[in-house]
Amino acid sequence: MIRYSVKRLLLAVPTLLAMLTVIFVLARLVPGDPAIAILGDQATQESLQALRQQLGLDRPLHEQYVAFLGEVLTGDLGRSMTSGRTVLEEVWQVLPYTLELTAAALLIGVLFGLPLGTWAALRRNAWPDYAGRLISLTGLSFPGFVSAILLLLAFAVQLRWLPVMSTATSDPVDHLRNLALPALNLGIIMTAYITRVTRSSMLSVLGEDYIRTARAKGVRGGRLVLRHALRNALIPVVTVVGLYFGTLIGNSVLTEIVFTRPGLGKLILGALTSRDYALLQGLMVVFAAFIILVNTLTDLAYGLIDPRVTYD
Amino acid sequence: MNEPVLRVECLQSEFRIGGQWYPAVRDFSLAVEANETVAVVGESGSGKSVTALSILGLLPAVGARIARGSVVFGGRDLVGLPEAELATLRGDAIAMIFQEPMTSLNPTMTVGDQIAEVIRIHRGTSRKTALSEALHLLEEVRIPAARLRLHDYPHQFSGGMRQRVMIAMALACRPKLLLADEPTTALDVTIQAQVLALLNELKQSYGMSILFITHNLGVVAQMADRVAVMYAGEIVECAPVAELFAAPLHPYTEALLQAMPRVDRDSAALHPIGGQVPPLTAMPPGCAFAPRCPLRQPQCERHPPLVPLRLGSGHSLRCFVRAAMESAA
Amino acid sequence: MTDTATPPPATRPSMALLVTLQRNRLSWIGLALIAAIVVMAVFAPLLAPHDPIKQNIIHRLEPPSAEFLLGTDSYGRDVLSRIIYGARISLMIGFVAVAIAMVVGSTIGILAGYIGGLFDQIVMGVVDVMLAFPTLLLGLMIAAMLGASLENLIIAIAVTEMAPFARVARAPTIGLKEREFVAAGRVLGFGPLRIMGVHILPNMVSDVVVLGSLWMASAIRTEASLSFIGLGVQPPTPTWGGMIREGFENILTAWWLVVFPSLAILLTVLALNILGDALRDAIDPKLRSENAA
Repeated sequence: MIRYSVKRLLLAVPTLLAMLTVIFVLARLVPGDPAIAILGDQATQESLQALRQQLGLDRPLHEQYVAFLGEVLTGDLGRSMTSGRTVLEEVWQVLPYTLELTAAALLIGVLFGLPLGTWAALRRNAWPDYAGRLISLTGLSFPGFVSAILLLLAFAVQLRWLPVMSTATSDPVDHLRNLALPALNLGIIMTAYITRVTRSSMLSVLGEDYIRTARAKGVRGGRLVLRHALRNALIPVVTVVGLYFGTLIGNSVLTEIVFTRPGLGKLILGALTSRDYALLQGLMVVFAAFIILVNTLTDLAYGLIDPRVTYD
Repeated sequence: MNEPVLRVECLQSEFRIGGQWYPAVRDFSLAVEANETVAVVGESGSGKSVTALSILGLLPAVGARIARGSVVFGGRDLVGLPEAELATLRGDAIAMIFQEPMTSLNPTMTVGDQIAEVIRIHRGTSRKTALSEALHLLEEVRIPAARLRLHDYPHQFSGGMRQRVMIAMALACRPKLLLADEPTTALDVTIQAQVLALLNELKQSYGMSILFITHNLGVVAQMADRVAVMYAGEIVECAPVAELFAAPLHPYTEALLQAMPRVDRDSAALHPIGGQVPPLTAMPPGCAFAPRCPLRQPQCERHPPLVPLRLGSGHSLRCFVRAAMESAA
Repeated sequence: MTDTATPPPATRPSMALLVTLQRNRLSWIGLALIAAIVVMAVFAPLLAPHDPIKQNIIHRLEPPSAEFLLGTDSYGRDVLSRIIYGARISLMIGFVAVAIAMVVGSTIGILAGYIGGLFDQIVMGVVDVMLAFPTLLLGLMIAAMLGASLENLIIAIAVTEMAPFARVARAPTIGLKEREFVAAGRVLGFGPLRIMGVHILPNMVSDVVVLGSLWMASAIRTEASLSFIGLGVQPPTPTWGGMIREGFENILTAWWLVVFPSLAILLTVLALNILGDALRDAIDPKLRSENAA
C-alpha cells in the first residue's frame, strides 16, 4: 500500500507540470495586451513599457515559462491586479467556504446516492428502478444554476424557511442555514450521479460468480448486499466520484453566484470580468492543483478498497 | 436400508425464453446414498449445472423456476422451502463448489475471512475462533505456508490453489453432501489430478457424499461410484461406474465412450457424434436423442421413460430399443 | 468465425434509433419532446403570439394572463414568445457546437490513433488535460477570454466538448488499424486519408452519434449557464439562460420570469438525456461509462 501511495503521489508531479504548461499557454492566448488592459488605452508608451517590464512580459517566452514554473513551485502564485493582495491571500479568504460546500455536497451525495442506487439495483426493472432512473436523470439535466434558482424560489422566497442571501455570521445555526440551500443544490446533483453509477455497478457485481458462491455458503440479506456486493461495487463509484468532481466545481461556481455566497467560483468570475489576468492565472493554478489532489485522493481511496490494485 | 442422503424425484427446472417457459431439466430422479460419489455426466447444455443449482435453490430469481418435482434432504423437501431456511442449509449441511476458481472468490476479502465467514454464519463462533479453524482447513487442503496465506487475497493464489480454498470453504462445516460443479475443468491436467485426489481423501475422512458434475469421462472413472448420464435435460442412463464403462447400454452413452480419446486406442478410431443437441426451445416430443441415434425406430417417436433394467440392479435406462433387447436376453 | 479480410458492417445511426425505440418506451417520450421543441423552434414566427423583442413598458412585469400566457418581463416583452424564439438560439448553438466538436474531435482522435507513436502520445496528453478540466470552467475561461458573442460562445462550447470525441474516436481506430482489410487497402495503394475516411470512419459513426446526442444536452446546459453568467449572446436576443439572468433581479416578485425558461431548459436537456441514454444502452454497453453529460 505504501509503495502504491508513493507511486501515485509521484505520478501527480508530471501531471501537475502538464497542467501548468497548459495554463501558461492559455493565459498567453488571451487576445489583447494585458498592459493596456490594466492601464487603459490612454496610457503612454513609456508607462506601458514600464509595466510590461515589471510584469516580465517583455522577456522571451521560454524565460517567462521557467520563471512561471519557479514561482509556482515556490508558492508565489502572483498578485491580483485589482486588489493588490497575493493570489494565495485571496484564495485563503474564501477557501473555507468552498471546502465546506464541497464536503457537504459530497456527504449528501454519498448518503443518499449509495442507498438509492443499491435499492434500484436490487429491485431491478420494478417501479422503484424506473422511478429512480428517471429521477436521477432529471437531477442530472438541471443546469446547476436552474436547480439553485428553483430551490431559492421554493424555500427562501415562497416558504421563507431559509435565507435568500448568505450573510457573514458567527452563529453556527445561522451558518448552517446559509449552507443549507447551496449544499442541497450541489447535493442533489451529486446524488443523481452517484445513484446512477451505484446502480449500474451493483447490477454488474450482482451477476458475478463470487456472489453465487456467497449465496451457496449461506450468506444472505444485508451481509450479502453490503459485504460482498457493495464493497466490490464501490470501486467504480469511487472513480466516478473523482471524475465528477470537476463538474461539482463548475456547478459550485453557479451556486455561489445564485446564493451570493463567497467562494473560489465567485473569485474566478470576478477575475474574468475585471480582466485580472494575474489573479486568473493564479486561480487556474489553484484549480489545477485541486483537481490533481482529488485525482490522487481518488486513486488512494481506490487502493484502500480494492486490494488487487496495490499489488502490481 | 438407510435413507439416501439426497433423493430427487421428477425434478423439472425451466427457463423463460422470449416470454415462454422451457424445461432445461426434465424428469430428473436420482438418489445419493451416504458416502457415495455420484457423477452426473453430459455435454454442455445438458442441464447438469442447472440441476445442481436447483437442488440448492440457487437458480436466478428472474427468468428461472422449479416447475415440479421434489428434492428431499434430511427429511424435508427443499423445493418451496423459504429462502431463510435454505440459507441455513447452504454451506452447512449441503455445500457447493464451482467451476471457475478465478472468479468465484470475493476479491476484496481475505481468504481466511471468506472461510471463517461460513463458520461464523453457521456456528456463531467469534472471528478469532473461526480464523483458527480456517487455518486448520487450509492446512487440510494442503495450501503451503497456510499460516502466512491466511491473510492473503484471492488474486495472490493460482487457479489450483483457489480451488483448494473453495474446497476448504465448502468443507468448513462438515457437510453431508457436496455438490461439485465441474471443479477441475478450468485447471491444468496435473493440478486436476491433485485436486481430485484431495477430494477423494477428504470425502473419506469427513464421511460425506458427493454429487460430481462433469463432462469428462476420465474424471468419472477416477471419482465415481455411480454415474448418471444426462442428455438434453434428462437422465438417459444410470449405473454403477464399472458397469457403465464395461457395458454401456444407451446409444448416447456408447457414443460418448467412443468419442473419448483413449491412450489404448488409435486416435483414428475417434467417432464424433453427428448432429447437435436440440435447443431448449425446439425439443422433439419423442426421444430427445432419436434424431442422432443409429438405432432409431418408429416407436422412438414416443417419449421413453427411465426404467430400471432388472429389479435391484441399480442400472436404469431410457430407451425403448435397448430395453427391449436387454429383456429379451 | 467472422472473416477478417472484409470490413465489419458499419452500424448506422438510423438503425440504432429504431432498435432503441423498440426496446425502451421511455425513449419515445424523449424523442417526442425533442421533436416538439424543434417544431416550436422552426415554426417560431407562426407560433409566437407576440414579437419577442418589442418592448411594451405599460405591461411590464405582469403575471401570466390571457393575453400574455406566461407573463411579461421588465421591459414588457412576452415571456412565451421569448421562450419560443429562445428555442431557436439554444438549439442552434447546441447543435452547431456539438457538430464542430464531433467533427474536429473525431478527426483528432482518428489521426492520433492512426499515426500513433509520439504524435499520438502528445495529442492524447493534451486531450487528457482538457478532459480533466471541468466543462463549465473551461467554457467560462474561453468565453471570457474571447469576449461575449454568439460565435465565441459556440467556439467555447465546442472546444470544451472536443476531448471526449477524440477519446472515443481513437480507441476503435487503433483496433481497426490492425485489421486485415486495412492492410489490404494499403496494398492496393489507398492513401491514408481514404483508409481513414472510407474504412475506419463508418465503423464508429453510431458510437460517435450517440455520444453527440448526450453532449448536445451538455452543450445546451453549458450555453444556458454561460448566458446566465453574462458571457453568452447579448440582449435583446432572447436565450433561455439570458432570460433567467434578467429575471433573477426580480426573483422576489416575479417568479414567472425564471420558472418558465428554467422549465424550457430542463425539458430540452432531459429529453436529450433520455434519448441519448437509451441510444447508448441499446447500442454499446461499453460506452456506459462516465462520459454522460
